[in-house]
Amino acid sequence: MRPISRVMIAIAALALLVLLFVPIWRIDLTAPQYPEGLYMQIWADHFSGDVEKINGLNHYIGMAHIKDDMFAEFTYLPKVIMALSALGLFAALWRRRIFLVGGLVALSLFSLWALWRMWDWGYKYGHELDPRAAIKVEDMAYQPPLIGHKQLLNFDAWSTPDTGGWVLFAVIALLAGVYFLEVRDLRAKLKAKRALASAKP
Amino acid sequence: MNRSLLYTGTSVALAAGAFLMLNGLPGCKPNTTKSVVTGDAASKVYVKPGTHDEFYNFVSGGFSGQLAVYGLPSGRLFREIPVFSVDPESGYGYSEETKGMLMTSYGFIPWDDSHHPELSQTSGVPDGKWCFINGNNTPRIALVDLGTFRTKSIIEIPNSAGNHSSPFTTGNSEYVVAGTRFSVPMGDDASRDVSIKTYKENFKGNVSFIHPDPETGKMSIAFQIATPGVNFDLSHAGKGPSEGWFFFSCYNTEQAYSLLEVNASQRDKDFIMAVNWKLAEQLAKEGKGKRVPGKHYSNWWNEETHSAETTVYEDVLQLDPKDHPGLLYFMPCPKSPHGCDVDPTGKYIVGSGKLAALIPVFSFEKIQKAIAANDVEGDFAGIPVLKYESVLHGEVKKPGLGPLHTEFDANGNAYTSFFVSSEIVKWNVEKLEVVDRVPTYYSIGHLMVPGGDSKQPWGKYVVAYNKITKDRYLPTGPELTQSAQLYSIEGDKMELLLDFPTTGEPHYAQAIPADLVKPREVKFFKIEENHHPFVAKGEKETKVERRGKEVHVWMTTIRSHFAPDNIEGVKLGDEVYFHVTNLEQDWDVPHGFAIKGAANAELLVMPGETQTLKWIPTRVGVWPMYCTDFCSALHQEMQGYVRVSPANSNVPLEAYTVSVDAEM
Repeated sequence: MRPISRVMIAIAALALLVLLFVPIWRIDLTAPQYPEGLYMQIWADHFSGDVEKINGLNHYIGMAHIKDDMFAEFTYLPKVIMALSALGLFAALWRRRIFLVGGLVALSLFSLWALWRMWDWGYKYGHELDPRAAIKVEDMAYQPPLIGHKQLLNFDAWSTPDTGGWVLFAVIALLAGVYFLEVRDLRAKLKAKRALASAKP
Repeated sequence: MNRSLLYTGTSVALAAGAFLMLNGLPGCKPNTTKSVVTGDAASKVYVKPGTHDEFYNFVSGGFSGQLAVYGLPSGRLFREIPVFSVDPESGYGYSEETKGMLMTSYGFIPWDDSHHPELSQTSGVPDGKWCFINGNNTPRIALVDLGTFRTKSIIEIPNSAGNHSSPFTTGNSEYVVAGTRFSVPMGDDASRDVSIKTYKENFKGNVSFIHPDPETGKMSIAFQIATPGVNFDLSHAGKGPSEGWFFFSCYNTEQAYSLLEVNASQRDKDFIMAVNWKLAEQLAKEGKGKRVPGKHYSNWWNEETHSAETTVYEDVLQLDPKDHPGLLYFMPCPKSPHGCDVDPTGKYIVGSGKLAALIPVFSFEKIQKAIAANDVEGDFAGIPVLKYESVLHGEVKKPGLGPLHTEFDANGNAYTSFFVSSEIVKWNVEKLEVVDRVPTYYSIGHLMVPGGDSKQPWGKYVVAYNKITKDRYLPTGPELTQSAQLYSIEGDKMELLLDFPTTGEPHYAQAIPADLVKPREVKFFKIEENHHPFVAKGEKETKVERRGKEVHVWMTTIRSHFAPDNIEGVKLGDEVYFHVTNLEQDWDVPHGFAIKGAANAELLVMPGETQTLKWIPTRVGVWPMYCTDFCSALHQEMQGYVRVSPANSNVPLEAYTVSVDAEM
């Protein structure tokens, strides 16, 4: 591995630790009577923002009361992030491409898993409504958008990565860059090897 | 006979014809009072939906006793802040917590007459922190907090009657003043029980200096200065070179006690009284005054307990100017002066003699010279009277009729209101020349330029607060709306932009750029900082408790239900106290609380706040209660019941809320 690749992997691994200290995702809501907007941030281990206000509004349509202990993920997500970071540092120190590949695959899987968890939670949150809810709109579900915009009754909802989300994407991009660099090196090496081999009588 | 009949018939016909013809001829009525609005006045006062006005305008409610808040230039009314009068719609003066705000040494006073709003100042410029306003009838001063737009404290002024020349402030709101309109006999009961005819011997005036605590807004009287018996009308603090002095206009130097409209209008000149308040402050600190009888209440709103706290004082520190030469001077001022206004440079003091046909402008520099040279024309009840000519900067000749009040812009111009000639006259302070005049509709009292009594007028507009509206608005029976008029002063000519109706009677007003106030706004009270003795910080803390004949209910509100919403076991003869805590923690989510047969009012409880309504049921039965502020789509479902049983019943006291689960 090139020294630059190792440095970049180390940076990526350390950058991953940032996710422990910043919000990863955010949901913004606006409505005519909420011109200043409501927002909710998702961190590695808790929610923040106008969660109580959102709960207050959502009880009309029977959505669950959002609480930190609703999410088992909050208990082990920080550990997963630390493990991934450790894997990255390991790759940087051990100079074995297999760790790089392993780290990248693990991280991608982690990201996909996190997105799936969010979607799944959002699906349940939006569909599993309290049958005693005061307001029932036929065929209406309130699943928040995974990413991007969605209209939910009187609310416009936006779901976007927050600082941590962007860091995560940057880490993936960085590792992908290193991966392609290394793959190119490897190919060149193999080609040279092959050329050498075929040049031999 | 036939002939006479013919004559009679002809005469009648002719007379009828003449009458009909005359009736058809229109009378010739002069059309003088049509206002001319020119150019694009509409666009200058149009505040687009969703955008904000540039200025807050705090306008006294007059006999409403309250303080109204408008936007300028739109003239839209936003709030009427309850100050001196009870307000059933918010529960102010009715809830157990707010009653204390209206307590005085005369007991609970539910009404007053509020005249002059004055914004607190820092370095001579309004700072947007507080707005003071005087209560005229039962002498008081209130401090309104501009973070909450609520009355924060009220202090009673002892030895005063008709607190009119109030509550004007010093440049850093070290003090606000209160000058008594009526002079009265003071002291113990024996010295106060005197014949009205002994006015000259026994009646005294005084001016009080009230200190608001800069942190808490609690008010206390630092000192009073005893004065001869006259009527004090208005006042203003010196600034810049005249910092440390205060000026009070006084009339009735005739010392009349009956038919003042004639008897107090005899002298050509009354006085402006100059007070060296820095000296008074020093004397007070040195213990030179003496404590005289003067029981008074100082009420203060505690935002943590959401309750009024009252301190009662039995006496007050008074300074006698006879013992302290240099404290007071009188300056002759024509004639029955109302306004007493200091220009932004602090060099000039303008007297507006409401019966005078000129405007005298006094020079602070000349006042100081006259004092140093003992240039006096005599004394009035022992107080030196400086020579008019020696202290005069000059007179504005023939400005109009009935000058009342003057404010200033930042370019050396003064704007004086004229009640009798119903106009605003703009004049140059240095040159004493009239530069422009515009009519007002009708009979202007005070006027106001944003920042126009401070060191730094923001200018832009002058607003007329009128005494008569007559035909200006849709008629509403014998009692008509009161009104204000907005004029632009940005060009050389004043330009009428807008008429807008006002609540109560607008006396004085102040305005301040909204940007100086908006950042202070409190959106809701934090529930964790609520230290009300009966707070319920969650539905788990709600309960009912009997204490003899008193039933206390710890109740909460959140969209959209009360907890508890069913109460049983109340008996006839009980007094029920509903301590309602609004659990909401968001802006603009008040809940109301009303119960049938309440002999007081409702409660309007802001988020995070606790307020208490006392209710005495009068009949056996089940009584409804409900939320009065449309709080959500389920507002109409926000209700409950209280069961009232006979006095001897054995129904146990209990409170509950029943969810669907329990019933299913």
